Amino acid sequence: MFQIEAFGDKGIRVQLGKSISKETNERIRNFSWFLEKENIPGVMEWIPAYTTVSIYYDPYYISYELLKKRVASLKDNLSSVKLPPAQVIQLPVYYGGELGPDLSFVAKHHHLTEQEVIRIHTATDYLIYMMGFSPGFPYLGGMSEKIATPRLKEPRLNIPVGSVGIAGSQTGVYSMETPGGWQIIGKTPVKLYDPQRETPILLQAGNYVRFVQVTEKEFQEIEKQIEDGTYEVQTDLYQGE
Amino acid sequence: MVNDVIKVEKSGLSTSIQDLGRTGYQQYGVVVSGAMDVFALQVGNLLVGNPRNAAGIEAVIMGPKLNFLKNTVIAVCGADLSPTLDGKEIPMWTSIFVETGQSLSFGKPKNGAYTYVTVAGGIETPVVMGSRSTYVKAAIGGGEGRCLQKGDVLKAGKMETVQFKEKSLSPELIPSYETHPKIRVILGPDEKAFTASGIETFLSEKYKITTKTDRMGARLEGPKIEHISGADIISDSIFPGTIQVPANGQPIILLADRQTTGGYTRIANVISVDFAKVAQSLPGTELEFEAVTVEKAQQLYVKREKILRQLSIGAGVY
Repeated sequence: MFQIEAFGDKGIRVQLGKSISKETNERIRNFSWFLEKENIPGVMEWIPAYTTVSIYYDPYYISYELLKKRVASLKDNLSSVKLPPAQVIQLPVYYGGELGPDLSFVAKHHHLTEQEVIRIHTATDYLIYMMGFSPGFPYLGGMSEKIATPRLKEPRLNIPVGSVGIAGSQTGVYSMETPGGWQIIGKTPVKLYDPQRETPILLQAGNYVRFVQVTEKEFQEIEKQIEDGTYEVQTDLYQGE
Repeated sequence: MVNDVIKVEKSGLSTSIQDLGRTGYQQYGVVVSGAMDVFALQVGNLLVGNPRNAAGIEAVIMGPKLNFLKNTVIAVCGADLSPTLDGKEIPMWTSIFVETGQSLSFGKPKNGAYTYVTVAGGIETPVVMGSRSTYVKAAIGGGEGRCLQKGDVLKAGKMETVQFKEKSLSPELIPSYETHPKIRVILGPDEKAFTASGIETFLSEKYKITTKTDRMGARLEGPKIEHISGADIISDSIFPGTIQVPANGQPIILLADRQTTGGYTRIANVISVDFAKVAQSLPGTELEFEAVTVEKAQQLYVKREKILRQLSIGAGVY
């Protein structure tokens, strides 16, 4: 699928698939790579989403008709490109206790032990389909249905930054302190969003997230290293399933 | 070199530092923000000799009281909130020489909602992700990531001292901020999610701006816009001026502080040159929508951009 349409007078929306899938995400990643490489005059930025890439441009430099042609010409090359493997960003997580107050509920809900929930949650590399909701927040796909749990009946007013949660069959990490109804099972000391950091946003659509269980002592050590600016986020190349 | 130039004596309603926004980070979920009326901010900057993208002070409905700590040049552009300097009425869309110790105040809102105080040299705050714009929810920009408060001292960039010469925007270029604006839109991208009569309703009825309106979006109220089968979509991008219609059939126009993605059907997008008409409309204002082509909208945008570029050349700012 490759469908181009206007999205207001400064946007163009390219639909690359009908439903959320790894294949569509792969096409979106390839298409974004081409956009980066083509460096089309007037194109200011683009936003990959689940099934689309929306391009934001300045019509003073390029009209809709011209940009549509330029974008359409990228279609045939889409499958030819073989991008280097995606990155897997490792997020250390302390599960349960005060930092993960809903871990016991999630375990009970599925008649599992807390450690089994942790084992299932850390066994998958989660694809970052898109970013949004708040700065640096990843929409992750691929969580096992074995630990899918409904949201809290009553949302909490303040979820601390770094809280790792489950909402239905989604999992995610709060990038900012916000109200929220996710089941909080743990916390990572790594900041997904830090406006003062050289790279304010840690994650990018198309890459993967892996949660790694750490002890309370390790959590505190990492937290201190982050404060001192000496912590380096561990990454891997994605090896496939 | 920067200088303390303004002390905030009264904060006003939600006065904040804004430039043209934080583009380039939407793919990471970072909200664009920026001035609600980019034309007014840009003209204001050019009148005081700044580049178009310099940061200014955005005031809404109830303006602040600002005390000047040094001689400088300012302009007030946008909504007419009855600006006065030491109690004396001052012209809008005009550069004004102000002296140390003088105070700028605002009174009754006469028309429009958002106005911009620009200062020679531009307001200097740390640049976060390419912009000085304040986005309160993520606590970024504007110095401390919040609206201005009493006692804040603002700095401006250094300007070459030149002989002050009053400049004004030609009256025919001053926007009128009508009370019953017609808002031109480009339908889509989800117009197929609506019934033909739903689209007809949207384009023929009046929609009133409710009080649930802020920098993030304007919630409208009017005849229900009919969907074919549901209002939810797979989360997708949204742009400034995107009009979402959730299941209740009441449209929401997304404005400067909107999130980057949304999950409701998008019936249309407000064209760029009409975005400020929405932003400048007070709650209670009735909007009517008219569909235009992309080509028409882009012609209007390019025309306005040419005007701004000519003004830049006239002002000796590039």
